[in-house]
Amino acid sequence: MIFRGADVVFRDGVRQCDLRTENGKIAEIAPAGTLEGEGWDLAGRTVFPGLIDMHVHLREPGFEKKETIETGTMSAVKGGFTQICCMPNTKPVVDNKVVVTYIKARAKEVGHCKVHPIGAITEGQRGETLAAIGGMKAAGAVALSEDGKSVRNASLMASAMLYAADFGLKCLCHCEDASLTEGKVVHEGYYSTRTGLKGSIRAAEDILIARELCLAESLGLPVHICHVSTYSGVQLIREAKARGVQVTAETCPHYFTLTDEAIQDFDPDTKVNPPLREERDRLAVEQGLKDGTLDCIASDHAPHHEDDKNVEYDLAAFGISGLETSFALSYTELVKKTGLLTLPALAAKMSANPAKIVGLAGGEIAVGAPADLTVVDLGEKWTVNPAKFVSKGKNTPFKGMEVYGRVKMTVVDGEIKYRED
Amino acid sequence: MARKDILGLYDLEAGEIEALLSDGLQYKALLKRGERQWSELCGKSVVTLFYENSTRTRCSFELAAVRLGAHVVNLSMATSSVQKGETLVDTGKTLDAMKCDVMVIRHPTGGAPRLLAGTVKAHVINAGDGMNEHPSQALLDMLTMKEHLGRIAGLKVAILGDIRHSRVARSNLYGLKKLGARVSMFAPRTLMPDGLDRMGAEICTSREACVEGADVVMGLRIQLERQKAGYFPSLGEYAKYYGIDENVMQYAKPGALILHPGPVNRGIELTAGLIDGPQSHIEDQVLSGVAVRMAMLKMLCQEERI
Repeated sequence: MIFRGADVVFRDGVRQCDLRTENGKIAEIAPAGTLEGEGWDLAGRTVFPGLIDMHVHLREPGFEKKETIETGTMSAVKGGFTQICCMPNTKPVVDNKVVVTYIKARAKEVGHCKVHPIGAITEGQRGETLAAIGGMKAAGAVALSEDGKSVRNASLMASAMLYAADFGLKCLCHCEDASLTEGKVVHEGYYSTRTGLKGSIRAAEDILIARELCLAESLGLPVHICHVSTYSGVQLIREAKARGVQVTAETCPHYFTLTDEAIQDFDPDTKVNPPLREERDRLAVEQGLKDGTLDCIASDHAPHHEDDKNVEYDLAAFGISGLETSFALSYTELVKKTGLLTLPALAAKMSANPAKIVGLAGGEIAVGAPADLTVVDLGEKWTVNPAKFVSKGKNTPFKGMEVYGRVKMTVVDGEIKYRED
Repeated sequence: MARKDILGLYDLEAGEIEALLSDGLQYKALLKRGERQWSELCGKSVVTLFYENSTRTRCSFELAAVRLGAHVVNLSMATSSVQKGETLVDTGKTLDAMKCDVMVIRHPTGGAPRLLAGTVKAHVINAGDGMNEHPSQALLDMLTMKEHLGRIAGLKVAILGDIRHSRVARSNLYGLKKLGARVSMFAPRTLMPDGLDRMGAEICTSREACVEGADVVMGLRIQLERQKAGYFPSLGEYAKYYGIDENVMQYAKPGALILHPGPVNRGIELTAGLIDGPQSHIEDQVLSGVAVRMAMLKMLCQEERI
């Protein structure tokens, strides 16, 4: 199939080209207007390498009321994602090959994009003994994470990093010192005082970031830090990278788009972990993305049923349904509004870098690469309306916000998996 | 536009607070003269919905509603649908369907009254939500000040104690600042949250500086579980270094009012001598409470009577 005349985002720049796909791969890249045959006229559109979200909660098995593999992957392709990695905090927890196999089989059956399971670090995410890491790898797990909490015991965490390395797996670390976050629902600062909501301090996140960096450095192993939200956490990672620690890190659109100011009306959709922080944190996260301290953008898509959110703030579930807004928020804030990133740099944060971190094929537009393409109208302005989400999770603090960049078509392995009506 | 709910003093205009205080003062004077029955809420039904134990606030709201002629139903949420798993939103909808006119809610979570108010057609009054606000308590404190000192503007009010966990401190700060008072605060550093200076409070580093020249000195209740949670070593040490005693009161204006939202821990937040002494208005605050709650109920219900 031919994709004709779009502005194509390559690693080194944006060029108007024709693309030909064949057998699920990119077969030919030619000057615009030179390829003949059946296909799509995409003049005026921009084609990104298929977006990859390495931090998604699909909720299946166990929480199908919140999301399923079917609805979650539908939401992914609507948001422009061709590959996603799903976190293991399901029920049962992904801590053995059976659950990994189930998710992969289910994704093959009903999924709309490629799904890569992430296994738990410890059995049942209880922080006591290692999960069946070798078996999960053999079944197709691409990384390990205890997402939702940290492994409390540093010795067990060191063991996990060493053992995982034997199987070529990396630990993706959710960083949170539970003794500092127990009962806390927001960031501690002016707005927690104003609302009387209980806040946790930055150190709750930073202490565990520092610990994981120390472990990685001591053991000479790679580590990945999830959803960085503090200015001080960004600085810890920047310093570690400067002295050669093998660390990669992600942040999420809400950490560079919103601050804790958003909590003042007690909207439970602003409740997320780590919490929305202050302007200095938001600016530091943006700088971290610009200077490469933060390698990628993940949505931390955390869909919830209305029953889990339409309750008192303290009782509401943590999380934001993010797949359908991630690209537009990133493009709007980092490219259009601030010019912090170029289009190729944005593509790296949302495709090439996550591919590299978890070892996936894809991430760039090149002959022989998988034909994963995200077609966008960068000029289109739209308003976030959760009622139109295809995800079951309508929980977003971005409702009503105007953003730029609309996904028009998502191509996975050469097949059109989403096209806007 | 008529106000549907009273969720906190942060949302109220200065003029509305003035109106509540002036109505409250009138009710208080009449109550003192022995009047007991009014008809402003005749035919209305008021439900008190308490998700947290309280004796005085609940009793005060119920008496205020009864005095105004309303029917009062009280729901102890600890012993009702909550244990059957009903959500706040569903409880609100049920009460709304029963055509209840006013819901008075106390809840351990900040923002819960706002959630209820957004769900129901009835008027909602916040009777204390988590660490957020306790508007009727602050109004009764201000009523007591206005009654005895004749004004709020220009007063210096010193608030000492567990500021971090205090909805009373927050509501007082918002209300007092709106009416032009100065508010100074002092607490152990562990119990002093960020950002109060941005809200207009003067944060002090000693009891003496906080109380210096104050017209009103307010102690806040210290919950015993704060010690177990590691905020301070012992009640004895708290009383010695952070309590209000006769020496500290030397720094206040002569005759300064002593207030406390109660119930007071004798000898900890305040010495027994101060609690029972001539400057204390702690007992008188209780009648102010009924009066100001009458004013709150009247404000929400009045325009419907025309």
